Amino acid sequence: MEKRVFFKGWWLPALLVAPQLLISFVFFFYPSGQAIWNSLFLPDPFGLKTEFVGLDNFRFLLSDPYYLASFKTTVIFSTAVSVSSMALGLYLAALADRLIKGAGVYQTLLIWPYAIAPAIAGVLWLFMFNGNIGLASYYLKALGYEWNHTLKGDQAMFLVILASSWGRISYNFLFFLAGLQAIPKSIIEAAAIDGASFWKRFGTIVIPLLSPITFFLLVVNIVYAFFDTFGVIHTITSGGPEQSTTILVYKVFSDGFVSQDLGSSAAQSVILLVLVGILTVIQFKYIERKVHY
Amino acid sequence: MKHLKAIIASIALFAMFAGTSLQAKVEIQWWHAFGGRLGELLDEQVNKFNASQNKYTVVHTRKGNYSETLNAGIAAFRAGQHPNILMVFEVGTASLMAAKGAYVPMYQLMKDAGQSFNPKGFVSAVSGYYTTTDGKMLSMPYNSSTPVLWVNKDLMKKAGLDPEMDLSTWKRVGNALDAAKAKGIDMPFCTCWHSWVHLENFSAYHNIPFATKANGFAGLDTELAFNSPVHIKHIQTLGKWAQEGKFKYMGRRNEAGKNFRAGECMLMTESSAGYAGIKKEAKFEFGIRHLPYYGGTEAPQNTIIGGSSLWALSGKSKEENKATAAFLAFLSKTDIQAKWHQDTGYLGVTTAAAKKTKSSGFYKANPGTDLAGIQMMRNKVTQNSKGLRLGSFDQIRGIIDEEMEGVYNGSKTAQVALDNAVRRGNVLLRRFERANK
Repeated sequence: MEKRVFFKGWWLPALLVAPQLLISFVFFFYPSGQAIWNSLFLPDPFGLKTEFVGLDNFRFLLSDPYYLASFKTTVIFSTAVSVSSMALGLYLAALADRLIKGAGVYQTLLIWPYAIAPAIAGVLWLFMFNGNIGLASYYLKALGYEWNHTLKGDQAMFLVILASSWGRISYNFLFFLAGLQAIPKSIIEAAAIDGASFWKRFGTIVIPLLSPITFFLLVVNIVYAFFDTFGVIHTITSGGPEQSTTILVYKVFSDGFVSQDLGSSAAQSVILLVLVGILTVIQFKYIERKVHY
Repeated sequence: MKHLKAIIASIALFAMFAGTSLQAKVEIQWWHAFGGRLGELLDEQVNKFNASQNKYTVVHTRKGNYSETLNAGIAAFRAGQHPNILMVFEVGTASLMAAKGAYVPMYQLMKDAGQSFNPKGFVSAVSGYYTTTDGKMLSMPYNSSTPVLWVNKDLMKKAGLDPEMDLSTWKRVGNALDAAKAKGIDMPFCTCWHSWVHLENFSAYHNIPFATKANGFAGLDTELAFNSPVHIKHIQTLGKWAQEGKFKYMGRRNEAGKNFRAGECMLMTESSAGYAGIKKEAKFEFGIRHLPYYGGTEAPQNTIIGGSSLWALSGKSKEENKATAAFLAFLSKTDIQAKWHQDTGYLGVTTAAAKKTKSSGFYKANPGTDLAGIQMMRNKVTQNSKGLRLGSFDQIRGIIDEEMEGVYNGSKTAQVALDNAVRRGNVLLRRFERANK
């Protein structure tokens, strides 16, 4: 089935791939190379002097229990964000797909939160759960539940997951809706005539046919949870309390730009780079096999 | 069309002249961390300086909170785009001092510019923080404060307490909190700047070391020491109060100030510089008291400062350094300092400003505003109460905050938390020592 195109000579193909190579070099290879190089040094904050320390930065990191805990935090956080936002996105898409009247209005309203930048979404949720002025914390208190995410790690985690998933639901909704609308109605109607219930049809026809989109969203959402939730965490908890919401990428920032420990920060970037590489390989090697195109 | 050309030409001509006349003035940049009321007062100082002479122009820019300002300054220095003057909070002092070559020492700057400058004019408890062990002043003290106890007198009455009652010891404070809790007051106690008030100042006030080697003044090989029995007793007490609902934790910085100003919190430990905001917003009668201590210890010794100093960064032209020197000398003038002290609740950092404020009758008219100064200068400074000079200290404060959160939410004892904080902090001190050998 694969189509192969052969070029005569080498300069045309070289020219065609050159822009992509250039972009990869400028935005990927060069910064990654810098990170690897810097991870071997211990510089002072002002960049006045630096010392070659070999793998000491990595040794320092891997003996830090808070760094190891940050792996666990990241796994919990990204799983919760991906699963909750995808499940809700799928649920809302399934509902919107069945709408006959006013579908456009519902769809627009559901997509809306995606337009809000993570940092702003973070501030919005922070206001609602603020211990002094927040509406949500006020009502929770009236119900007899003490809300203080500045002190309670599980509440802080819940809040950053909520704020990070919220905008993401829209994104997932959009893709699931497109996927649902691409499923031929005739297949579903045929199954209905054969007497399959809604859930039977959903489980045996819709889900398998949505699997390419689900897989795509899984990859994209995990990457989002790993890297793009920075703004939410920075505005809501700054990684606290007791580093209970410090995910790996936030630690790179706080050690590098708050604590000015650029050696450790570079070493963390390298570890993160390797980790994401492994994760991507796993996803494509094992999960993609189960996907029907 | 012709008309338009004439307009453009005249604009261009005007711009040219305006440009040359501006160029004649030397412009310098100042990055700072003040917004709100403090930002307005700072802007006023800059405008006054710019209007007072026609050689120099100071442009000031706010770069976020203290930590963000320091980080912006450091990042800009690496990129060669740094300002002439950088505001650095007391926590960042050791980092700057260790970065020889990143700044022009204050005594040097003033000497080169031919400014008459007397470091002895500063209150020694303040200038000591920014002076090397051999007596050279490296940066210019700008705003300095010290923690005090703020009292909401209306809530004290509601709790059935005498609002003028003795609150000098933590034991007495504890009794007052018990009474308040029994009368259903929701937030008897709150605090800002946990590490600064309850460990750093606590150590100085009780004359016990926060870190070895004279709190870091005597060398980079200092180790943290704030896990002594007295420290543990105090943090354990705070933890107990938190569990019993007498102390509410609102955040690491000065978040609790909002609750106090809104009249929700009865007693609050916060910087004396909380004055500007409390005076403006509080709709209740408030009082200022000395920071409480534990009886049977060496307390009360004296408290130490928090706040910032101004550093002249290196790599600027001679002309610009002259402008920087002129501006900093202007800021240390008695009039400017006295006004700043009275407006903000920060300490009068020069002896002349403190004297002037006293003779103007300000302390009499605003009772309690002199307590911070008294508290800082009540005794001869010991090596435990001179201040702190620790590398990576902003990060260490973060660690302390994290561990203390564990005590407040009941997941750790004070002993475990403080031992942890000391161990983790020491790792950073060793790393700092290594990077700055």
